Amino acid sequence: MNPSLAVFRGLKRAKINFAVSVPCVNLQQLLTMVSEDPEIIHVPVTREEEGVGVCAGAWMGGRRPVLLMQNSGLGNSINALASLDFLYEIPLLMIISHRGCEGEPIVGQVPMGRLTPKLLDAMQIPRFSPAPAQAEETVANAWSLAAAEHKPVAVLLDLQFWRKA
Amino acid sequence: MKRIEAIALAANAAEGQEALLICNIGFPSRELFAVKDRSENFYMLGSMGLASSIGLGLALARPERRTIVLDGDGAVLMNLGTLATIAHHAPKNYLLVILDNCCYGSTGSQPTCTHLGTDLEKMAKGAGVASTRTASEAGDLCLLLEGDGVVIAKVEPGNADVPAISLSPNEILTKFMGALSTFSSSRNMRQT
Repeated sequence: MNPSLAVFRGLKRAKINFAVSVPCVNLQQLLTMVSEDPEIIHVPVTREEEGVGVCAGAWMGGRRPVLLMQNSGLGNSINALASLDFLYEIPLLMIISHRGCEGEPIVGQVPMGRLTPKLLDAMQIPRFSPAPAQAEETVANAWSLAAAEHKPVAVLLDLQFWRKA
Repeated sequence: MKRIEAIALAANAAEGQEALLICNIGFPSRELFAVKDRSENFYMLGSMGLASSIGLGLALARPERRTIVLDGDGAVLMNLGTLATIAHHAPKNYLLVILDNCCYGSTGSQPTCTHLGTDLEKMAKGAGVASTRTASEAGDLCLLLEGDGVVIAKVEPGNADVPAISLSPNEILTKFMGALSTFSSSRNMRQT
């Protein structure tokens, strides 16, 4: 299973119809799929924190939003996740390319890569890291959990995930 | 023009246009709550800088509904990328009003960069926003509240003596989303 296609099918199964993104090299194929889907409004933004705001507005407007991002952007999103999504109990699905873990060629990605799971855990944001074969179901379930609990939920996909074709 | 006067003008315009009104954290939301509380008002209690982004998401999600955002100079300076994103998507049902009092009014009136000459209208124009205007007088602001794009309203520093918002975050959101769904169903009934 193509890993990008598996994630995309999960988004479609969850009836996600609003995608906000900041790119990562590992999200390339997924971003193209989302852009070309006529049922999904795709809103590229300049920074992940901004994306948390756009997703919150879209959800208030009746859409099902996803934020597609790299884990480096988690750091600049934390206040928004806490004082917007947690405060008002707004659901959010985050598909996060997890850099800085095993096999990472860029040293600058490593510190944030190591911290990312701990930051999500400290914020009590549920996180899931499926293999490609389970990604469709995990992504769909992650949205269901976000919607049921009215909070952000993360699907954290590392370098190994994207390499499995 | 005092900020609360500009907010009152925007609140009246929003009511007349049946528009959603997203308001920046701090005293601006308190002033809006004091001058005209509507279910269509969303009062931010956190996430400084994101009023324009929340409003943009709403406007793109609900293109049939007009959205007005009341933001501040300090907050926009915290999220300048928003101007480029607004320019990129340019929804016709979206108006960002930046209440520029040249200071961080809710934290003790420390000067922002607009106090030193930073021109937010030029920054919005440079970001690619097609319609950018600045108003210093109430009459000008009234006219510009009918348009889209980005409007800078130059206002005096200082906060009105108004109480804190008496609604919980949940109450704010529930009222707001209730107004959105009521509006949709009444519109659908009119169409059928």
